[in-house]
Amino acid sequence: MADESIKVDTVLDAVAALPGVMVARRDLGELVVEAARGDAYALFTRLRDEFAFAQVMDICGVDFPERAARFDVIYNLLSVTRNERVRVVVQVADSVCLTSVSSLWPSATWWEREVWDLFGIPFEGLADHRRILTDYGFEGHPLRKDFPLTGYVEVHYDDEQKSVVYDKVKLTQEFRNFDFLSPWEGMTTLPGDEKARGDRK
Amino acid sequence: MSELTTLTSKTVEIDNHTINFGPQHPAAHGVLRLILEMDGEVVERADPHIGLLHRGTEKLIEYKSYLQAVPYFDRLDYVSPMACEYAFALATEKLLGITAPDRAQWIRVMFAEITRVLNHLLGVSSFALDCGALTPGLWGYVEREKLLEFHEAVSGARFHSNYFRPGGVAKDLPAGLAEDIAAWAETFPKFIDDVEALLTGNRIWKQRVVDIGVIPAEDALAWGFSGPCLRASGIAWDLRRSQPYDKYSEVDFEIPVGRHGDCYDRYLVRIAEMRESVKIVKQCLQKMKPGPIKVQDHKIAPPTRAAMKQSMEALIHHFKLYTEGYHVPAGATYTVVEAPKGEFGVYLVSDGTNRPYRCKIRSTGFSHLQALETLAKGHMLADTVAIIGSLDIVFGEIDR
Repeated sequence: MADESIKVDTVLDAVAALPGVMVARRDLGELVVEAARGDAYALFTRLRDEFAFAQVMDICGVDFPERAARFDVIYNLLSVTRNERVRVVVQVADSVCLTSVSSLWPSATWWEREVWDLFGIPFEGLADHRRILTDYGFEGHPLRKDFPLTGYVEVHYDDEQKSVVYDKVKLTQEFRNFDFLSPWEGMTTLPGDEKARGDRK
Repeated sequence: MSELTTLTSKTVEIDNHTINFGPQHPAAHGVLRLILEMDGEVVERADPHIGLLHRGTEKLIEYKSYLQAVPYFDRLDYVSPMACEYAFALATEKLLGITAPDRAQWIRVMFAEITRVLNHLLGVSSFALDCGALTPGLWGYVEREKLLEFHEAVSGARFHSNYFRPGGVAKDLPAGLAEDIAAWAETFPKFIDDVEALLTGNRIWKQRVVDIGVIPAEDALAWGFSGPCLRASGIAWDLRRSQPYDKYSEVDFEIPVGRHGDCYDRYLVRIAEMRESVKIVKQCLQKMKPGPIKVQDHKIAPPTRAAMKQSMEALIHHFKLYTEGYHVPAGATYTVVEAPKGEFGVYLVSDGTNRPYRCKIRSTGFSHLQALETLAKGHMLADTVAIIGSLDIVFGEIDR
């Protein structure tokens, strides 16, 4: 077990020393690297060539609308020879390009198309920049937090036009977003807190 | 122009033509729309269009509590529902910092393996069906029905079982089920022999699948292959062995590996994996001891119905659990399982509330299908069908 932890540290230290790495840490036992957007491609090249991360298993986005650099793009790399995973997190602002890694790993093409489709993050150098999961002619990027769950359009078959037509989404009942967060655990400020905290003379 | 025509007038020039394969095609394994550019009967370019079954699962999960998110996973890979639930249950457990009790882990390993057999039965038999062999399909469905009865016995549902939960499983095995599974495990290898007698040495089958859709090991890695498709290319990589979860480190099994990376090897690996799965199921039945099947913390797992009749606290726990759910500490994890089709992963981000902030589902077939052009290029149209069959793709998980 002691040997194990020493081995783990060497990988972490080696990755942390790479240029472009801002933070490298172990999070719940998983190796997490935060990288600067501009240096990410060079970092990926070195991770692939020097650290034998021959596979990119997953690329996905996470939206944090309140942040200046709104999106996290997460690359989950796997090395089957070293039996090691690394998660590279790159922050990117809205409508800012990331360099595509599809030239390093061909399988990244579809994952990047998916990130483009669902989050609207463009990839520079991605040969195939079509949408992938949503409908033909879809507008918007559905996994952004400001995209409503119900979407904007719905389809139905129109008997007069004899075809499927798109329409604005009509909800017979207003969308119900239940807030079950308990005031004892979820809410950190309760009504009347200002009175308790205010300086009353 | 006229000069050109006279020059080439002796040879018959056929322009490349494009055909639209699917989305409504029995060999498209669901709703695959494949645009094939053909040179005569040879595939020049294959462009799979996916997303026709996109239901926005990831978005929906962001609006549900952790417990309510579990049933969505059954509807991803509907051929192996429990394997998908497994990834989510493990990811949530990791963020919560809990471990399921021993018995729950054994049950989960056992049902993950039953699910693997369930998946490979359909995978192999529909693959054979795509290549024109009807009988394995008929036999496979009979055998699948027995396994679906086990699913039904534990969860009440044949497919959408909703059985694996963060912190354990929903219910203990009903009386007599362990004996039934043990009896099945004794007879099932005979069935695999029968299927192999139909296919493995079959001349027509081998004509259709040997040396078709070959992918060398380096390419398989670059295209993000995992599971049987990667092992068929000669890489002995199995998450159950290399990054074991639950009780996989305590069971003894072999990892079948192919050599050629063609459709035939992918078939052989699946057949061999079914035999290994039966071995694991037997070991699970032997090593399983009576005990709790979910964590005993009633902030995460519900109390028993009997306790609710007696104890006010149990009633409160129950009410809180099924309305608010539990709060998961802020953090993120990428947790993977060796699903029957390969690496199935969940990237779960929690912001400390009762709902996942983001739940990305890493589906297996996504990367396999992406390599279709590489695999099918230069093959005949009918071989493309065999290749799709050998990749064992299911659109529930690819489109999400």
